[in-house]
Formats: sequence, C-alpha cells, structure tokens
Amino acid sequence: MKKILVALLVALCACSLFAQGSTESASQSVSTDGSTSMESVVLSLAEVFEENTGIVVTYNPTGSGSGITAVQEGRADIGLSSRALHDDEVASGLTGTTVALDGIAIIVNTANPVADLTVDQIAALYTGEITNWSEVGGNDAPVVLIGREAGSGTRDGFESITGTEDACAYNQELTSTGAVITAVLSNPNAIGYASLSAVDETVKTVLVNGVAPSEATVLSGEYQIQRPFVFVTKTDTALSEAAQQFFDFALSADASDVIADAGAVPLV
Amino acid sequence: MNLNERMRVLVSGYKANPKRLVEDLIHFIFLILGLITVGCVLIITIYLIISGLPAIIEIGPIDFLFGTRWASTAAEPSYGILPFILTSIYGTAGAIIIGVPIGFFVAVYLAKMAPKKFKDTMQLCVGVLAGIPSVIYGLVGMTVLVPAIRNIFGVPDGASLLAAIIVLAVMILPSVINVSLSSLEAVPHEYEEASLSLGATNTETYFKVTVPAAKSGIFTAIVLGIGRAIGEAMAIMMVAGNVANMPSLFSSVRFLTTAVASEMSYSSGLQRQALFSIALVLFLFIMLINAILNFIKTRSQKI
Repeated sequence: MKKILVALLVALCACSLFAQGSTESASQSVSTDGSTSMESVVLSLAEVFEENTGIVVTYNPTGSGSGITAVQEGRADIGLSSRALHDDEVASGLTGTTVALDGIAIIVNTANPVADLTVDQIAALYTGEITNWSEVGGNDAPVVLIGREAGSGTRDGFESITGTEDACAYNQELTSTGAVITAVLSNPNAIGYASLSAVDETVKTVLVNGVAPSEATVLSGEYQIQRPFVFVTKTDTALSEAAQQFFDFALSADASDVIADAGAVPLV
Repeated sequence: MNLNERMRVLVSGYKANPKRLVEDLIHFIFLILGLITVGCVLIITIYLIISGLPAIIEIGPIDFLFGTRWASTAAEPSYGILPFILTSIYGTAGAIIIGVPIGFFVAVYLAKMAPKKFKDTMQLCVGVLAGIPSVIYGLVGMTVLVPAIRNIFGVPDGASLLAAIIVLAVMILPSVINVSLSSLEAVPHEYEEASLSLGATNTETYFKVTVPAAKSGIFTAIVLGIGRAIGEAMAIMMVAGNVANMPSLFSSVRFLTTAVASEMSYSSGLQRQALFSIALVLFLFIMLINAILNFIKTRSQKI
C-alpha cells in the first residue's frame, strides 16, 4: 500500500513538472537581453506584466553591450542597457528609451566622519591618488576601497560616471551588493558603492557634491552618480504585439511603483 | 554464425534457464551505471579541454600562464594568471603548514591517548566540522576573522591571503584528522606491544612505531587536504578580497577557483573562454594531486 502511495506521489510530482513546462511554452513571450544591473527592475516588471496579461517575459542577463548586440542581431525583442546609447549605436538603427534612473550610493562606515565628497575626490580615492582619509577631511587612517567584480553592472556604472575605468586600485572586489555593504560595515576605513535601493541604515551614505542621493535628487539630476536604464529597440522595425505591450507597460504610470519597489527611480 | 543465429542461440539459452536472463540483465544495468560515472569524467575532461584551449592558444601559453596582470574587462584586456596560480599554491601550502600539524597531533591524541568518552565527543565535533557548508566558513571568516586580522596586525584591510589560509586550514582539518585517525587505528597492536615490552615509553612508541607504520595513510590525509584546499571557492571568495594581486600575506588576492567563480556570471567572449582556461589549469592541478594520491596508495600496497 505504502509503495503504491509513494509511486503515485512521484508520478504526480513528475506530472506537475511537465505540466508547468508545457504551459510556459504554449503562451506568447517577450525576450529581453542585457544589463545585469537591470535584473531586479526587469524581473519585477515581468512578474506584474505576466499577472496582468499572461504574457511571459524572459530575461537573459548578459550585460549592456551584449543586450544591444542581441537586438541588432534580432536575438531579442528588447535590449537592456544601463547606459545611454552611443552615437554610433543610434546611427546603426537603434533607439534607446529610458525607463528608469539608477542612483549609485557611495557608502562609508558609520564611524567615518567624512560626510561629503566631490565626484573628483571619489575618483581620486578610487584611483589611489588619495590614500588617507585625512586628505578629504576624515581621520588619519588609510582608505580601504571596496568594489564589485569585473563585469558587474554597478561597477561599470560607477567607473564610467566617475571616469575611473580600469584605474581603480581596489582592496576588495566582491560579487554582491550585500557583500560590499558587509565589508564596509565591518571596516571603519572602508568606502564602497552600491545601488541606491540596496543601501540601508547600517552604513553611512555620503553626500556627493553636497547632494544626498534620493529619488528626488536622482530624478532632478542634482545627484551626479546616476545612470539611465534604457530599453533598446530597432528604430525602423516595429515590435511584436506582445513586446509593444510590455514596452508600453514599462513606461506607463502603472509601472512606476513596481520600478520604485525594485530599487530604481521611475520617470513618471 | 550470423547475428540472427546468434540471437536464436541466446534466446533458447535463456528459455532453458530463465534465472540467467535476470542475472545478465542486472549485470547490464550495473554496467550502464558504471559507464555513467566514467562518462561524466570523460565529458567534463573533454569539455574543459575543448573550451579551455582556444583562449590559451589565442592569448599564448606563456602570456597566459606567466603573465602577471589580469584585467579581463579593461579597454586593453590582459589575461595573465600567474597571480592566481601562485595564490592557489601559497594559499594551499599555508593551509597545509597550519592545518596538517594540528590535524596530525589531534589524530595521534585521539587514536592513542584520549579517554573513550572524550574521543567520541571529539569525533562527533570533527564530523560536524566536516559537514559545515563552506559558505558558512566564509560568512564567519568575513564577519569575525577579517576584522580580527585588521585589528591584530594593524593592516588597513583584513581581507587577505592570511585570512584565506586560516579559513582553509580549518576546512582541511576534518579530512586530515579522520584519514590519519583511521590509518593510525589500523596499525596492529602487536607492533606497539613489542615496542613497549622492549622498554620504550608510550610516547616513544606512538611516534617511533605507530606513526611510521601509518605513514602512507597520513600522507594520503595530507594530499586529500591539499585537494580540498586547492578546490575550495566559496569560503575564500568571501575572505580573500578577490583582487588579482601578486600574492603576499596581507594583500587582497584571487585564487584560481575564485577567479572562475567571481567573473563567470557576467563574462562574455574571450574573457569567458579565458575563465574556462583557468578552470582547465585548476583541473590539471587536481589531476596531479590525484595522481600523487594513487602513487602513494599503490606504493603502500607493495610494502
């Protein structure tokens, strides 16, 4: 009797596995490809969109460059880029539509008296020109630079905004935002960067050029360490019906709460 | 005899003896299961070689293996993995230097001197130590060990080769202790009794008779420890800082394993291929360690 029961259960589990697979492949879908920094935004949008319309949105985290290429080659409906398109990319027949903005917060340990840095000072800190906190008004202590691993969207965003590409003299390259915050938390001399939404009270967020990062200051452009989240599409080819629906949804006022919950700053 | 005839003979044989059919069927199933294991090893090896070689050829074996600068996403990328290789070797050596003496003496103590109850408790603890997932070693290392190193040694940042060595040393303890322990316990009592009856003290007996007799088992323990240390990724990723520096005790370093793990998720093109090449180098290291292990085993069987 028990054996039969177990066998039935196993069969049931197996069925449910296949059942799920078949429903997914049956419905319409929209493919997105690109920036890893946009993961939480895109996945949240996709989830709400699927609830409303039943259309599945797939997301392939490859990086902004690969996402743009994917659209060019027709491998994805919508490319995701966490930087504005370059002129040559626009010239090659692509259109970039900003759906949200992302602020990158600069964080230090709560014991660090430094509260305000300029973008130039941040760049100088990260390239190793300034190695002691006393040079920017802090304690006489060595600066410990915490960053993200090569290929990370946040690192790419931070380095391109501060103009420190390939020049950062990191003490630690960590693979997640949480790890960066923990490292800053546990070292009084550490400085790190993380997506604005991920930063909490346990670390101190530094003002940049006198402006505190917040939704309002990112949106107004006063807070400088920010970048756009861009949907990349072909200029002369219309999107499929499902993709157009998703595109419109992401830009609508309905999506703004979803985007804000996912940690980015919505435009509307 | 053609195939048809052969089949007919086979079938008539099974009809005469149905039990043989079951027997042969079971043999066949077990053979398939065995082949799956062998197949996995082959597939991994072939896959690694196929996906690892192109980047090595493109970058150049000398530049790849002996280049000292790794900047995979830079405008002018550079793929030198000497820092990773040296870090892995230094890190593993450090872990062995710290972990093996501790593990060895604990094993001798547990095998020969410890009271029964205490030994059971200790063995339970060692078992738990072996079962702790590596991410937890990393977490504790990150929140306790790294700040401690910073405070004790007065360095700006505690995430360093030293932190990784200490974490690895603790992680290899269980395998060193368990394997040494069982080989020490396997030494026949007659050896020890002979030594004791000649007037040697207990300690003399343990270190001059028991330990030499268990030599090959203890070597196996060390080699297993090396294998564990060189292949660990998660724990050291959280404590070593992961910057591609040439290794020194207090600098942030990246191991072969962490080099693959930390960049794999976002990598593309030659960078991704180069990561496979690193994996191939790591794989060769592990194969080398396995070969040494086999060598020790076969030699000890001969003696």
